[in-house]
Amino acid sequence: MKEQSVTTGNRLVVSRGHANPPKQEPLQNATNESTDTITNSRSFAHGKNLKSKFTNRLSEFIIEKIIFILGMTSIVILALIFIFLISSGFSVFKDVPLIDFLTGRFWYPNSVNPQFGILPLILGSLWVTAGAILISVPIGVGCAIFIAEVAPPKTRTSLKVVIEFLSAIPSVVLGFIGIMVLSNWVRLSFDLSSGFTLLTGSILVAFMAMPTIISISDDAISSLPKEYREASLALGATRLETIFHVLVPAASSGIVAGVMLGIGRAIGETMTVMMVTGNAARIPTSLLQSGRTMTATIAAEMGDTVRQSTHYHSLFAIGIVLLIMTSCINLVADYVLRRAQKGDR
Amino acid sequence: MKKEQREKLVFSLLTLTAALVVIPTLLMIGYIIFRGIGTISWEFLSAMPRKGMREGGIFPAIVGTVSLVLGTMIVALPLGVGSAIYLTEYAKQGFLTRTIRLAILNLAGVPSVVYGLFGLGLFVLFLGFGSSILAGALTLACLVLPVVITASEEALKSVDFSYRQASLALGATKWQTIRHVVLPHAAPGIVTGAILAIGRAAGETAPILLTVAAFFLPRLPQSIFDQVMALPYHLYIISTQVPGMPESIKYGTALVLLGIVSIFFAIATAIRIRFKMANR
Amino acid sequence: MSKISVKDLNLHYGSFHALKNINLDICEREVTALIGPSGCGKSTFIRSLNRMNDLIDGVKIDGEMFLEDQDIYQPDVDVVSLRRRVGMVFQSPNPFRKSIYENVAYGPRRYGIKSRNQLDEIVERSLREAALWEEVKDRLKSSALGLSGGQQQRLCIARALAMEPEVLLMDEPTSALDPIATSRIEELIDQLKKEYTIVIVTHSMQQAARISDKTVFFLMGEVIEADDTQVIFTSPRDQRTEDYVTGRFG
Repeated sequence: MKEQSVTTGNRLVVSRGHANPPKQEPLQNATNESTDTITNSRSFAHGKNLKSKFTNRLSEFIIEKIIFILGMTSIVILALIFIFLISSGFSVFKDVPLIDFLTGRFWYPNSVNPQFGILPLILGSLWVTAGAILISVPIGVGCAIFIAEVAPPKTRTSLKVVIEFLSAIPSVVLGFIGIMVLSNWVRLSFDLSSGFTLLTGSILVAFMAMPTIISISDDAISSLPKEYREASLALGATRLETIFHVLVPAASSGIVAGVMLGIGRAIGETMTVMMVTGNAARIPTSLLQSGRTMTATIAAEMGDTVRQSTHYHSLFAIGIVLLIMTSCINLVADYVLRRAQKGDR
Repeated sequence: MKKEQREKLVFSLLTLTAALVVIPTLLMIGYIIFRGIGTISWEFLSAMPRKGMREGGIFPAIVGTVSLVLGTMIVALPLGVGSAIYLTEYAKQGFLTRTIRLAILNLAGVPSVVYGLFGLGLFVLFLGFGSSILAGALTLACLVLPVVITASEEALKSVDFSYRQASLALGATKWQTIRHVVLPHAAPGIVTGAILAIGRAAGETAPILLTVAAFFLPRLPQSIFDQVMALPYHLYIISTQVPGMPESIKYGTALVLLGIVSIFFAIATAIRIRFKMANR
Repeated sequence: MSKISVKDLNLHYGSFHALKNINLDICEREVTALIGPSGCGKSTFIRSLNRMNDLIDGVKIDGEMFLEDQDIYQPDVDVVSLRRRVGMVFQSPNPFRKSIYENVAYGPRRYGIKSRNQLDEIVERSLREAALWEEVKDRLKSSALGLSGGQQQRLCIARALAMEPEVLLMDEPTSALDPIATSRIEELIDQLKKEYTIVIVTHSMQQAARISDKTVFFLMGEVIEADDTQVIFTSPRDQRTEDYVTGRFG
């Protein structure tokens, strides 16, 4: 059966050019009353021995190890991020008790009598985020519904491209537009002495959160089974009723997850808020005041700190607070999304 | 009648929300192009900044950003794609892989400034790389790594099991199957995800502010241990820290940065569209 | 002559006992059909013939399975060499997203064949054997996904034949095809048994009766009866076989 090739173990030594004239065997073929023939020459010589040889498996073994190492490296790096932040940040609590750190009303890291209370910073972040959410949720969810259910296909595609591009615009460019254009607009509209306010930050951050909210909500609505829509319309409901009584409730978990991830983005946004909110580290009472967020504090002050000082460690500790806040949001959003997907099945 | 009117009203409102997202975005892009295009010249792109950055070009910032992006790619792509292959194809699925996936997903949502802190602590100080391209690129690589892994995993998982099965049944080894069947099928997804992630890294400011960027450094880097200027940070500096900065240079810089990011975006979108067409 | 012989094979998926004490001989250059109600273990069994079950977590196999004189479940057996000798065609056509040519050349290329001439020859031979050559010879470079379902399945057969396996396993190869495409594949199987040992899983008793020399009836993970197809369908020894082939359950 294997007459025309010579084997050495599992390796093939090819002997081409039909040593024996190939056996021609006409093949009866249903459709082509055929001239098909089987040229019965063997190209392979499968060794009869099935035992694996180490040399044959060596390359496979090496590649598997390389991939294993790559995978482990990533995992180690990702673990290091947690470990490093926590180890660098926790030492601040030797100097400043945790409660004072979180609830202290004054952030004076560089005064003679330094105070490390991050409450104003936390509140700054929360105000900006709350403002951004107030703006981006109605617009974002509305836009998602428009894309998923109302817009004609061509409009839908171009809208999606624009929104995706919006998410690719660097935050520093948005901050720049905030300084050059938006802050003036806010100053004049609200008759303020300065346009660098929490509101200015909120508006810009809203634009950074919207792509996340829109794309996840849009996915949630678009991936609903066709039957939902058809069943509702067949019962005589209008498109509007179908959207608000059937589709949006059915997609609500996805929409909630999208909003949560949007909040996560808003809290973590750094450059935009640092450029336009004025950065006064005091407890804000209105969106029209200047304020400072946790992220901006880290970015603005890290350059001036003395390494391993309390101030240095306190900035890492702010990083931990941010990490914990965003992690909670992400994990809950992931849980909501997963549950929604399970519910579909 | 009333029903129809209400429907019309709500649909107009929905259209309005879409307009509220899209029009400001397009206006902003258009405005930057309008104000910045006059500044763009060969000199602006290829000359050193002069007179405290108020004249001359932004060449070192462009070089800095390009070298950071290249460094990020070199580190993040093999690590990210390799890890995704490990997690989907080799690792035993169970509690551990689920935990790792959750951690990766979570890290994709961690603020970039936190990565900056990590990079500062680990690469700049602990490993002693100082403020350098190396430290910056490694930090950005860590930043995009979760995104690259997640996108690659999605793409690998979307390759039907029957293809793997068919290849293995033909006597291909596991790696041959991954290399010649799984990766080609997953490639568009992996590439698109990676390009988008790296395009985003090109525009990141907070991490490089802490790990690499120089305020003003009118010369080119000699090695990966040098500091560099970088476009996003440069834009931040000239729009907040330098009094008397001509607006034309600010808009020009913003336009160049937007242009670089658009290139990444355009490539990724083109690949995605071509792939969708081919699949039809 | 027996090509494959199975001795006391047991297979567990976790705690589920999927195959129970299978003893079976499969003869060279014959078509052996595996029949039985769904979930009876026939697919699991055919997948164990080239160790495709290794891909599934939690599968435990004991017993012996000889390909000629070697037990394929010995720990030092190389599954890659095994699968080169025991090819497989799956339920739904699954050509790779490559050209027709590259689909067929896939196995040989992985084997290490680089010569263009040789690959050309293999591709032509395999496509002829799979009765597809005349239909595709002018468009070898175009995508395999442009073929009809029946053509795709014959391409998958050609792809398996390219490796010149000794045994060809077919797991319900026509279940996704229309009657015309099905009958072409059946004719093809009839041709192929001159060269290859064929094991086919089918849910259609008519198909088993039409194309096979031997038939094996599986029920609840056990081989109830294995004999000449003629015997199974006309005078089975076991009552359960008779009930099944006469359509009383299934």
